Amino acid sequence: MNYADIKLGDTLPEHVSAPISRHTLALYCGASGDHNPMHVDIDFAKKFGMSDVFAHGMLSMAFLAQLLTKWVPQQQLRHWAVRFTSITPVHAKVICTGKVIEKFEADGEKRLRLEINAVTDGGIHTLAGDAVIALP
Amino acid sequence: MLDKSFIGLTTKPRSVDVEKGQLAFFAQATGETNPIYFDDAAAKAAGYPAIPAPPTFLFCLGTMAPGDENIMGKLGVDIGRVLHGEQQFTYAKPIYAGDTITMTTKITDIYDKKGGALDFIVQDTEAQNQKGESVGVARTVIVVRNG
Repeated sequence: MNYADIKLGDTLPEHVSAPISRHTLALYCGASGDHNPMHVDIDFAKKFGMSDVFAHGMLSMAFLAQLLTKWVPQQQLRHWAVRFTSITPVHAKVICTGKVIEKFEADGEKRLRLEINAVTDGGIHTLAGDAVIALP
Repeated sequence: MLDKSFIGLTTKPRSVDVEKGQLAFFAQATGETNPIYFDDAAAKAAGYPAIPAPPTFLFCLGTMAPGDENIMGKLGVDIGRVLHGEQQFTYAKPIYAGDTITMTTKITDIYDKKGGALDFIVQDTEAQNQKGESVGVARTVIVVRNG
């Protein structure tokens, strides 16, 4: 894929996660080193006013990373930023999308800016951000 | 409201080894299907020196690195009241299995919204590999629910 072939508004192939089970959250807790009980211990969640545990925001950011690395090799990712706009409930599938919003040159490279978003299959917009990718 | 005098607080450097088994576990937990992220032979066949750490793993390394400083504890924040507000990564060099990453975290801003109902803590974690090369910076914005 070359910079010259990319047009503003081009979209990335959608990436959809498997449903996030409680087991997924337990695995992610161990695999990520994020041991915050809020994501795996419903007693703890209730103590702090939540009705249930909820998914780690960083799990959905990992799904967004997969959206990007399925499109370009990871070494071409320069910078990215997301805001966690809503909590991701248990059982949600996370639908990740990306769109080219800017073409520019910086540090002697041709780069794209993508708008990226994560939305659950229940329609909750959970992550919003952008990513800068270098292309030949 | 949090004490803004904590702005500038910087942790001591803390180091963690990037283990290929941990990377494979992370790939499993996140449903990763590209074998370069969990199979050493596949990574090498694709031209990588070892399994690469995926894009968000720098955040995980920051969590895994042993350290006796608990920033949230120092600020008097209860972990049950925190939410992850924002996350950013800027990359300088790839991270691979077998690397040792040394990180330093600095509180670069503290501010509040909604009349103090929410506090925001901005932390920048700078990371270097065992050669002393910068691998990147991770910026985390933590939201604290007060009351």
